[in-house]
Amino acid sequence: MIQYLYADQLAQYPDLRKSMFRDRAAQFSGRLNWDVTLNSEGFETDEYDALNPLYVIWQQPDGTHGGSMRFLPTTGRVMVNDHFLHLTDGVTITSPLIWECTRFCLAPNLPPTTPISALLMLAAAELGRRFHLAHAVGVFDSHMVRVYKSIGWEPDILGQSESGRSAISVGIWEFASAPLATIRAKAQVSPQIAQKWFDQAFQSPDIRRKAG
Amino acid sequence: MGMQSKMATFVERMHEVTNFDQFQHLVEGLRSLYQVEHFVYHSINSAGEPYAALTYDIDWVDHYIDRDFGRIDPVVLGCFQRFHPVDWKQLDWSGKAVKSFLHEASDAGVGNQGFSIPIRGPSGQFALFTVNHRCSDAQWAKFAAENVQDLLLIAHYLNQKALELERGTDALPNQMLSPRELDALTLLGLGNSRAHAAENLKISEHTLRVYIESARFKLGAANTTHAVALAMSRGNIIV
Repeated sequence: MIQYLYADQLAQYPDLRKSMFRDRAAQFSGRLNWDVTLNSEGFETDEYDALNPLYVIWQQPDGTHGGSMRFLPTTGRVMVNDHFLHLTDGVTITSPLIWECTRFCLAPNLPPTTPISALLMLAAAELGRRFHLAHAVGVFDSHMVRVYKSIGWEPDILGQSESGRSAISVGIWEFASAPLATIRAKAQVSPQIAQKWFDQAFQSPDIRRKAG
Repeated sequence: MGMQSKMATFVERMHEVTNFDQFQHLVEGLRSLYQVEHFVYHSINSAGEPYAALTYDIDWVDHYIDRDFGRIDPVVLGCFQRFHPVDWKQLDWSGKAVKSFLHEASDAGVGNQGFSIPIRGPSGQFALFTVNHRCSDAQWAKFAAENVQDLLLIAHYLNQKALELERGTDALPNQMLSPRELDALTLLGLGNSRAHAAENLKISEHTLRVYIESARFKLGAANTTHAVALAMSRGNIIV
């Protein structure tokens, strides 16, 4: 299932938390060779994880991490403005209607039966729609462009750092033009389920009880 | 001249505000502009000092503070440490103390519908902007769909204005427009379409929209046309 969790809610899901930060280490330090920091537990975390971001996570049936991404509002500190101005023509992107999406990560060695990337993209589209956002700006490994394209919701690329294994891209997605039907088909999920995951995250337990 | 948008009226008033009395009037003026009963702007600065500009009955405000209702208020609890907009319907209004609080609030004229926007300011500053009304769920859903993007911007504009008044300066150091944003505004100011402006700058139209959206927010503008006008009047661009 998709979980939408702020950092301060992760403690309620210790297995999910551990596996997410370890999978991030495997992806960003291991496979992509980015210059990231690992802590003593083998977690990849950075200063933005300390800002209580909102994570969108695919949680596997066994409770562990299958894939995730991290959102922060561009009205506060974000990676794209702190580190990647050279990829945005020097434009500091800031608006209450634009959130930043970073650390798109997939667990290693997963069977290809679950379309995790598409599920995450669908969850992001739902988030944008329900929170009335206009755009997301993303910082991602350049190889992801191919994945986004295959799902049918490609970002417009603002800039790309060098080339090779650790190349990084900055791109933007417009929520209003998200091809929802295409993404849903790739994610193999109905609109009702996607809405339910969102409602479960952002409605109080009391309301969920009443709704049955 | 066509009818000015609500947002344009608001930002026009906002740019005139130079003290906290005027700030209170600005918040009060939102009621007739958006045809809803109450607006609340509430902030806690980095030193933990509270400030509020709001339209609730003053006796209710005093009672709220006196009883320290902030400890149990589902709106405060549901928005603290968050940054997404919150419809009051999503909150947990169960429990004896909360039900009693809700009953008292209702008697004091607080409406049954609400929408609150948490704002994370600089250095741990936190603010909450709330719109409150009494109406049916269907009416509220319609109001939200039409106005939430406006309210998201207004929430942040109010917070910037309050911070500016507190600091006693109108210069926001991080609000500088980059040459690229100035180019985009200049091209639009010269009458180019978005498509032409984007082509000229060798960027996609979506990218142009993001640059314009950022410039609009930094300038405190209502919309693109207004952003161009403000940039011109401040001498940022010449067309």
